[in-house]
Parts: sequence; C-alpha cells; structure tokens
Amino acid sequence: MPVMILIPGPLRPFSAGRDRLRLERSPGTVGEALAELAAVYPGVRDRVVTEQGEVRPHINVFVSGENIRDDSGLSTDVPEGSEIAILPAVSGG
Amino acid sequence: MPAPKRKIPEPDPLSPGPGHVVLLVGTVKGLFLLESSPARRRWKASGPYFRGSSVYAAAWDGRDGRRRIWAGPSSMHFGAELCWTDDFGAKWKRPATPLLRFPQPSGAALKHIWQISPGRDDRPESLYCGVEPSALFESRDAGKSWELNDGLWNHPHRAKWMPGGGGLCLHTVLVDPARAGRLTVASSTGGVYRTDDGGKSWRARNQGVRAEFLPDPFPEFGQCVHKIVQHGARPGRLYLQNHWGLYRSDDSGDSWQDMANGVPSDFGFCMGIHPRDPDRVFIVPLHSDGFRCVPEGKLRVYATRDGGESWSPLSRGLPQRDAFETIVRDAFAVDSLDPAGVYFGTRSGKLFGSRDEGSRWELLRDGLPAIVCVRAAVVGARPSVRKRAARKRQSRKAA
Repeated sequence: MPVMILIPGPLRPFSAGRDRLRLERSPGTVGEALAELAAVYPGVRDRVVTEQGEVRPHINVFVSGENIRDDSGLSTDVPEGSEIAILPAVSGG
Repeated sequence: MPAPKRKIPEPDPLSPGPGHVVLLVGTVKGLFLLESSPARRRWKASGPYFRGSSVYAAAWDGRDGRRRIWAGPSSMHFGAELCWTDDFGAKWKRPATPLLRFPQPSGAALKHIWQISPGRDDRPESLYCGVEPSALFESRDAGKSWELNDGLWNHPHRAKWMPGGGGLCLHTVLVDPARAGRLTVASSTGGVYRTDDGGKSWRARNQGVRAEFLPDPFPEFGQCVHKIVQHGARPGRLYLQNHWGLYRSDDSGDSWQDMANGVPSDFGFCMGIHPRDPDRVFIVPLHSDGFRCVPEGKLRVYATRDGGESWSPLSRGLPQRDAFETIVRDAFAVDSLDPAGVYFGTRSGKLFGSRDEGSRWELLRDGLPAIVCVRAAVVGARPSVRKRAARKRQSRKAA
C-alpha cells in the first residue's frame, strides 16, 4: 500500500496545485518521506521544515492521525499505507 | 452546516507612470501599495499582498532601470521568504526554495526579514538583508543568490547580544555612498557595527550611546539602537534613535553626541531624513519604553533643520487629543520630490502623509492592519534596452 502525503491549501502553489503526493517507495520514517517530498516539491518541504531540518513550530505533521511531536518527531515510523497530513497549527495571520 | 469559506479576490495591480510616487506599506497582515501622481493629492491603493503574513521589510530598487519591489513576508506557519515584483504586484516571484537560508553549520533558522537595502548605485547588482536572528545577508547578483556575512556572524560579541521586544534583529543597513566597502548596521540589541573592508571585519561603534537597561550605561556594545539614518550628500553624518536617546555622529559612528534638545521624549523608534538637506531629520517621540505611545495623546512629528541643535513639532492635520498612537522603527519614509513628501503609519493602521515636508498632514488611509513598514519611491523612466545592457556591462566591470 503506498504512503500518501496530504498538502495543505496554502502550500499548493508549490505543488502545482496538487493536494496530495503518492510515494511510490515506502519511506521508513517521516524524515525520509519529507525527503521524497522535497525531491518532487522542494517548495513544500522548505515551508514545512526550517533550513536546519526541523519542523516549523506552527506546523503539525500527523501520521495516520497521530502528531509526530508525541512520537519520535521526524524519526517517527511510517507504516505502509499511512497518510501523512501536514497541517498548519491553530495560530495564524 | 459550516459556513462557506470566502475566497478573497486578487488585488488589482497598480500601473504608475514615470514620476509617480509609490508607497510600500507593510503591515502585520500583508503588504499594501499606494500610488499617486507627483501632486500627491489622490492615492490609489492595492493589496493586501501576502495576506496573513507580516511584512516588516520592503524596498524599492530603481537602479539600472529596474522597477522592482522587494518584500519580506513572514508567515507564522511557513516561515519568512524574500519575494519581488517587477510590475507593481501583478505577479510576485516566490522562489520555491527561499532565497535567504542560514547555512547548516550556523545552526540558525531564518525567523524574519527586517530590512532590505539596495547597495551602492555604482553596484546595481548588490543588495543586503538584515534578518532575525541578527545577521546580514548579501547578494551580488541582484538577488538571485545570497550569502550570510560570516564576518558579522562570527563576531565574538554576537553571543552576548540579547533580543529586544521585537526579537534579536538586524534592522538597519546603511551603505556608504562615498566609501566603497563601508557599511554600517544596527541590531537590537547589540548596537551599531561598521565594516570598512566590505564585511570581512566589523567593529562596534557605540561610543556615547547609552544603555539604560545594563549595569554599565555606556558599554562597548549591547545598546538597543532603534534606527539610524544617513544622508547621501554627507555620509559621515549619522543620526540615531536609541531606546532612550537621540544622537548624532559626524565621524561615521566613531563617536556619538546627544541631540535631544527640546523634544518631549528621547524615546522612539522611527527616523526619516530630508532628501536634499542633511541637517533636516524627522522623528516621532514616544512617551517611554513602558508606555510606547506618543506623549500626551498628541500625535506630533518633530523635525530639526539644524542637525539636531533644535527640534520643532509638526502637527497640523494630526490628531492632538486622545491619540494613543505608536509608530515603529521602519514605519516612516520620505520621498525624493521637491517639496518632499513625508509618510508614516501607526500600529492602529492609520497612514498619514504630507506633501509639503511635514507642514500639513492628511490621513491617507485608515483601517489597515498594524503598519510596520513604510517606504516611498519615485518611479523612474524606463531606459532603453541598449542603455540597460551598457549599464550592466559597466557594473560587471566595476564588480
């Protein structure tokens, strides 16, 4: 089962308007999934993580509904068939 | 059933002609652009661009025949980026990979862009950005690529700089038009630093500037400088608005003299300088650091015509009762026309302007989000393609 990354609306200008990316190869961790995302849509990845590779403070990443901050961060496992959702936190402009 | 989410229509871009004035108004919720004929009686507005992002820095680059507006929007969610438009907002260029990135060994991540400064006129490809955390970035190819200035980043003082209310930010970049390689920057806190060798080495230049929040009131560095302005015709003369203190330097910042002669408060943030008269400076004093509103509820710009020897209020047309306004460090601008137009924005979203050098003020816009940046530009005529190519060749040679 492929892994799917869901892309939030404000970042779709950097994903050619697409709302999801299906990963052909199954990534082991969220960090690896974001690396695959960067290969296709670098503009999305760079707005999810800082140049130091850390998830931005007001972005939440969920693997099958679980926030990776409550797990192992970017080292969180991504089981086959998972959905990785990138969601802006409730803070905003 | 949830209410439908409304889509905000894209703003209509401006199309100012040669000689028109364009105001870049950065707010905490986006960038607005205003244009007027040289008479500056009627203003047409456009925006907001970068909706929901704060825009603390914007700049006009009219060198080499450009008509380029730079902006540094900062999204709470997605970080800060440097963007530009060559057609007054019809299309903004937003590179997929943000242009300003701290290198990995620095361990730092870009938080905000606080200042965008075009370089010298004879180096039309040079640009600078002051950012948070306090650092200077430089581009030598008109903004295509950027490098962190290592000389300042590795300065031994940097570890002891402390964040002010706005964060630890480098908010002022002054390029000396007379002396190549000389650059003055200011950081809150940290103070004034100058390089005379193009950014390889930097020296603190704070002698005479006080720091009321430190045990030593006159330390070598650590001051909370809010703004510095410089005049192209006399670049050795600098004016400084400090976190308590108004100063003038006649030796490029080597020493500073107090010039708070007759102002209601020497606390404030913003400063502006007259385009043709190096003795003429504008400020907006605030009551105190504990109450950052204009004194006595009276909104008054103060101006000196004698290099800070004396100051007079300019208040005609400005509210003089219950005006608890705050004007932040970059929310003040002066255009280059004659008579000069003077503009400032408030935290309460009012944009004021004067087309006669501050003698009389008008409310140009109300109801904007909190204004944090105002820049004024006069649009130049477009040079021919041949002239632009010749200039480009010349600047490459100079570089």
